[in-house]
Amino acid sequence: MKRFLTLAPVAFLLSGCSNNWGWYVVDPTTTSGYNNLSFMISGAWNTILMSLTAILISVAVGLLVALPGLSEKRSVRNINRVYVEVVRAVPILVLILWVYYGLPQVTGITLNVFWAGVFALALSDSAFQAEIFRAGIQSINKGQYEAAHSVSLNYTDTMRFVILPQAIRRILPALGNQLVYMLKMSSLVSVIGMQELTRKANELVVSEYRPLEIYTILVLEYLVLILIVSSGVRWLERRMQTERD
Amino acid sequence: METTTTDTLIGITNLSKYFGTFQALKDVSLSVAPGERVVVCGPSGSGKSTLIRCINRLEKHEKGQIIVDGIELTDTRESLDKVRANVGMVFQQFNLFPHLTVLENLTLGPKRVFKISEKEARERALGYLERVRIADQADKYPRQLSGGQQQRVAIARSLCMEPRILLFDEPTSALDPEMINEVLDVMTELANSGITMICVTHEMGFARRVADKMVFMDQGEIVEISDAKSFFTAPKSDRCKDFLQKILSH
Ligand SMILES: Nc1ncnc2c1ncn2[C@@H]1O[C@H](COP(=O)(O)OP(=O)(O)OP(=O)(O)O)[C@@H](O)[C@H]1O
Ligand SMILES: [Mg+2]
Repeated sequence: MKRFLTLAPVAFLLSGCSNNWGWYVVDPTTTSGYNNLSFMISGAWNTILMSLTAILISVAVGLLVALPGLSEKRSVRNINRVYVEVVRAVPILVLILWVYYGLPQVTGITLNVFWAGVFALALSDSAFQAEIFRAGIQSINKGQYEAAHSVSLNYTDTMRFVILPQAIRRILPALGNQLVYMLKMSSLVSVIGMQELTRKANELVVSEYRPLEIYTILVLEYLVLILIVSSGVRWLERRMQTERD
Repeated sequence: METTTTDTLIGITNLSKYFGTFQALKDVSLSVAPGERVVVCGPSGSGKSTLIRCINRLEKHEKGQIIVDGIELTDTRESLDKVRANVGMVFQQFNLFPHLTVLENLTLGPKRVFKISEKEARERALGYLERVRIADQADKYPRQLSGGQQQRVAIARSLCMEPRILLFDEPTSALDPEMINEVLDVMTELANSGITMICVTHEMGFARRVADKMVFMDQGEIVEISDAKSFFTAPKSDRCKDFLQKILSH
C-alpha cells in the first residue's frame, strides 16, 4: 500500500490552505456536503463500466487488426497500417462527437450516450492495442513457431496455445497503461452527457459554484481509481511471473 | 547423383534453395530409405540446416523436388498436413514452450491434432518421458531443467506425434559438454528402434555408431555420400578429408 503514500503530499497541500477554500460543499459531516460527495462518487460506476467495456472491445479489435500486420504479404500488412494510421489520427474528443452526432445521420443507427462513448473510446484505443499486440507477438522467438509447426499445429492453434499466451504476458504492463489511459479519456464522454465522474462534477459546480473544491475532489477521485487499477495490474504481473518460475 | 528407388521414404532430386540472390543449396539430391539413419556434416554455412528444414517445409525450395512418403512437398494444404504429420524435428535451441509444463509441452500436439483425450495424451506423454528417462520432471517448467534435460523433453515431444521421420539439427551443440552424452544416448536408442533419422551433427563418435549413411556438404552442395565405414576410413574428396581432419583432431 506504499503507493497510496503518494496521496500524502496532496493532502498536505490541501490542509495547508484555509481562507480561499470552502470545503463545506463536500464536508461529509453536513447533510448537503454528504449528498454532494455521494453525488460525485456515484459517477465512478459509469466511469469504470465504460472504461472496462471499451478496453475489452479494443483488446479484441486490436488483436484482430494486429494479425494482418504480421503477414508476409505487403498488401495484407497494409490493411493493418491504414487502420492504425487513420484511427490514430483522429482526436478522441472528435471521435466521440462524431459517433454521437454524426453516425446516426450516416447509418441511421442511434447509439445511446453510453454505447456511443464506449464505441468511440474502443475504436480510438484499438489502434494502440493493435500496435502493442503486433510488437508483443513479434517479440516471440521464431523458434516457437517452428516448434509448433513441427508438432503439426495449425495457424490458429499456434497463435492460441503457443504465441499469444507468451505475448500477452509480455504486453501486460502496456495493457495496464492503456487501461489507465482509458479511465482518463473516459472523462471526455462527459461532453455528450454521460453521467460519469467528470460530468457529475461539472453539474455540481453549476449548482454550488465551488469549482476549486469540486474539481480537486474530482482529481482525487481519478487518482484513487488509477492507483487501485495500477496496483491491480502490478499484482497480476507478479502472479504471472511467479507462475513461470 | 543418386537415383530414387521404390524403397525410398524421402526422395530429394536436384534441389535448389535461394535466400534472395544467395544460393544456399545447389542441385542437391539425396534419397533416404525407411529406417535409414543419415548423418549430415560439413562446415558452418554449408547448407545443412537449410537442407533438413526443406524436408519439413520450414523452408520452401525454389527448384527441384522433395517427395516424402509418396507425397510431393508443395504449397497445398494436403501436402503440408501430410508432411507435418510424418516429420518431426528437434532443434539446436530445444524450442520448448516456456509457458507450459513439460507434460503440457508433450500433450499439446496430440490433443489438438489427433483430438485424443487429455487422459490418453497424458499416458502417451508419460510413456515417452519414461523413454527419455525424465518422467519425474513432468510437472516442471522448461526453465527449471538443465539443457540436456530440456533437449530430451524436446525429443519426447516430437515422439509424441509418432512421426515416421525425425530430423535433428545439431541437437547437442547448445549443450554443456557433460550433458551431451545423455542426449546422444537417447538418440542412439532411437536409432536402434527403427525410426528414420536425419541428423545434422558434428558428434563423429555418434555418427560412427549409428549412421547407415554419411552426407558431407560444403558450400550448398552435397560433396560426398557414403556408408559410415568408408566415410571415416577413406573419404574421397579433399574437402571432406580436410573437414574430418579438423573435426577429429579436437
Ligand atoms: N533465412 C535466411 N536468410 C538468408 N540467408 C540464410 C538464411 N538461412 C540461412 N542462410 C544462409 O544460407 C547458408 C546456409 O545456411 P545453413 O544454416 O543451412 O548452414 P549450416 O550448414 O546449417 O551452418 P551451421 O553449421 O552454422 O548451422 C548460410 O550462408 C546462411 O548465411
Ligand atoms: Mg545449421
